[in-house]
Amino acid sequence: MNTEAVIVTDKLTKRFGPFIACNELTFQVDKGEIFGFLGANGAGKTTAMRMLCGLLNPSSGKATVAGFDVYTQANRIKQRIGYMSQRFSLYDDLTVSENIRFFGGIYGMSISDIKKKTSALLSELQLEKEAKTLVRDIPPGWKQKLAFSVSIVHGPDIVFLDEPTGGVDPVTRRQFWDLIYEAADKGVTVFVTTHYMDEAEYCNRVSIMVDGVIADLDAPARLKTKYQVSSMEEVFYALARNAVRKAD
Amino acid sequence: MIRIEHIGMTYDKGRVVALQDVNLEVNKGEIFGLIGPDGAGKTTLFRILTTLLLPEKGQAWVNNYDVVKDYKAIRNSVGYMPGKFSLYQDLTIEENLNFFATVFGTTIAENYDLIKDIYVQIEPFKNRRAGKLSGGMKQKLALCCALIHKPDVLFLDEPTTGVDVVSRKEFWDMLKSLRKEGITILVSTPYMDEATLCDRIALIQKGSILSVDTPEGIVHSFSGQLYAVHGQGTYHLLQATRGYEGVASCFAFGDALHATFKPGAQGPALQAYLQSKGHSDARVDPIKPGIEDCFIQLLNQ
Amino acid sequence: MKQLLVFIRKEFLHVFRDRKTLLMLFGLPIAQIVLFGFALSNEVKDSKIAVVDYSKDIMTRQIINKVGANPYFEIESNLKSATDIDAAFRKGNIKVALVFPDNFSTDLIHTGTATVQVIADGSDPNLATTVTNYISTVIADYTASLSLQEGHPVQVQPEIQMLYNPDLRGAPNFIPGVMALVLMLVCTMMTSVSIVREKELGTMEILLVSPFNTTYIILSKLAPNLLISLVNLFIILVLSDLFLDLPVKGSIVLLVFCSILFILTCLSIGLLLSISAKTQQAAMMGSLMGMMLPTMLLTGFLFPIENMPLPLRLLSNLVPSRWYFIIVKQVMLKGLGIGAVWKETLILAVMAFGLFAISLRNFKIRLQ
Repeated sequence: MNTEAVIVTDKLTKRFGPFIACNELTFQVDKGEIFGFLGANGAGKTTAMRMLCGLLNPSSGKATVAGFDVYTQANRIKQRIGYMSQRFSLYDDLTVSENIRFFGGIYGMSISDIKKKTSALLSELQLEKEAKTLVRDIPPGWKQKLAFSVSIVHGPDIVFLDEPTGGVDPVTRRQFWDLIYEAADKGVTVFVTTHYMDEAEYCNRVSIMVDGVIADLDAPARLKTKYQVSSMEEVFYALARNAVRKAD
Repeated sequence: MIRIEHIGMTYDKGRVVALQDVNLEVNKGEIFGLIGPDGAGKTTLFRILTTLLLPEKGQAWVNNYDVVKDYKAIRNSVGYMPGKFSLYQDLTIEENLNFFATVFGTTIAENYDLIKDIYVQIEPFKNRRAGKLSGGMKQKLALCCALIHKPDVLFLDEPTTGVDVVSRKEFWDMLKSLRKEGITILVSTPYMDEATLCDRIALIQKGSILSVDTPEGIVHSFSGQLYAVHGQGTYHLLQATRGYEGVASCFAFGDALHATFKPGAQGPALQAYLQSKGHSDARVDPIKPGIEDCFIQLLNQ
Repeated sequence: MKQLLVFIRKEFLHVFRDRKTLLMLFGLPIAQIVLFGFALSNEVKDSKIAVVDYSKDIMTRQIINKVGANPYFEIESNLKSATDIDAAFRKGNIKVALVFPDNFSTDLIHTGTATVQVIADGSDPNLATTVTNYISTVIADYTASLSLQEGHPVQVQPEIQMLYNPDLRGAPNFIPGVMALVLMLVCTMMTSVSIVREKELGTMEILLVSPFNTTYIILSKLAPNLLISLVNLFIILVLSDLFLDLPVKGSIVLLVFCSILFILTCLSIGLLLSISAKTQQAAMMGSLMGMMLPTMLLTGFLFPIENMPLPLRLLSNLVPSRWYFIIVKQVMLKGLGIGAVWKETLILAVMAFGLFAISLRNFKIRLQ
């Protein structure tokens, strides 16, 4: 595995008035890595992710994403990342292929590229017959897989997944992770924020945020050894149990 | 305490099947888990039992009351926490609790013993509006509101969805202490790892019950031996394992792969095969299945 | 009973904690009245006049000069023919036109009477009335001095004609319209939205699962809106008295009683809407499209109902605000008593209690 870093942060900090949402976050994520970004409610995950996506300016510190500076090159960053969340991912009232065309379009793909990608994507997901079906009419499991594929349709360097598999059945969830592994194998960096620990176990490395700081960061297996427990859930509990901040 | 017989339900004039011939029995004083993904029919079943929906087929009783005929009696004796956070965001903790106490014809003082352990955790914030609370505190407040009239049966529809690990653990501890008070609890969750915290569970998918048993019983009924495959490079390891002809199914499962074999195939043989394919660090070990493995096996049957 | 009070208290808390909506609710009638007050300026200074003089004699010239010398008027143009008047109005620079017929002074001297046509732009009813009154006064002055001169009484009859709005529907009509509109909006929209919000939030599920009586739910939803509506009613009445010089001429008790009937009707409609609406947006759209448009179009304060085609006339009978509009006009503006509006009051009462009964019956004790 090569070790080219695609996300590098150095003492990245965000303050909202006297409140420090993220306090001196320093970490790096490598190309093709599946990186889990965990934290309790209110620990500062969302703020950190918004800074990395170029949606929020940091208060201090440095960060580059896909080689671009988060302060000055936010628009270049947005071209190089994909985003998917469980809450919103696809338009329910558009068909499958209309969704692909729309999301390809907003990332500036050419019509012919979109066409090529659409048919490749549909055949990979075995959704050819559903191309003209409204997204609201396809089963939730497929919707999630489709949403992920759409979020990387423009070939981004990094894809941000916000609690991607909450509530889906275990078989679909496995298939979903198959897609993630495949994307990572092709060199896409996967940045997953979640507070579900079973999702954390799939990641190459995870960081756990508590009260605005990164409490620990390592491979799941090493964290479990370090805290002498058998699951990530217990690792998390050990770190977050005494969290002060509980506001959302 | 709860008896469900041949309950069936459809939406959209029969086009969407929500529940199909569901039969269940929940005993007094147990924590019964209804476990399945979104859209499996959990919420529909909860709404039928709480008399919010009329079943199309079948019958059900809660506390020996018929869910159709005796709906008023049921509404007096159950507590219900719907899936969404359903309290008034613009009222404070205290106002919410007071309101629901009055709606159920009681006062906070009357049943304070029951909610005391939970309420003291949120009491310091009692003048804060519910909309400004963290996920864990909202959940505690919702539970207090559902318990305020000392119900015999508590219906909790996905109470832990969207709540962090620490709060989830606290929540399950609260349920355990409520069980000691003799309250029957029917709880639904999409998270398989919460299954082991229940006394008995039903696995539900696409409106049908796949299996009902204790968590140990369900694990015990897993057919065949499950193997864990460890090694570097998950994606290629997954492809290689699936390529082995003796493998019946193989899925990524956290940091390992979980595989079952067709009759006759063996773990060591797979390990040798994987090593020959360049996965020199591949290791194949027999393991005990979890609830999620059982669910997958039941789904694939 | 205690339950009901607690519930009503909760509803008031919702209302008072939503500052923006509260501001909108009370700002709405004030803004309507104030805007209307400004739009209806009574300023007639330098009103431009067009003149069509077919007679072209000394008397008509004297009258024209007298009018032109008045500080309120300014002679804009002399038109050749009455057919040019319409175009002059449409260009928008004249407020009133005077037409002297052929043989004006001959008629006046020989028969003692003559007519002059005074044509005003009725789309600004207040201004049109003021202007025509002034002109009539100027002409009356002239004939008075002429009578003395001639030694026998002469009379010039001004024939007043309103272009574009012959019935002069203006401020007096607008106030009852605003009342109907504001009450309709507050009651229908607020009621349906507040119930649907509980559906969206999920609290309705808990309320339904509780032993709480559904009639209580409805009553407590109605209480704050009834109060807000009454406060709004008084704001409108006070403002229209102060700003627009339109006091309540008739019995205020009768007016409030009929308003309560109308409010109850609107609340019931809001309740009915909330039964079918699934989202707050749907409830809001339903109240806007379903209630506000008919109130504006079929009540009679913007467009006279008598001039509508029969199907619309029949349809307008079903619009509650139509009847309320008549009652307010009769009681508030004309000062008439129950004897004049008992029919409308009865219709409104039947609507109020009928709709309330229907919405009570249809309010579901279950979901869907």
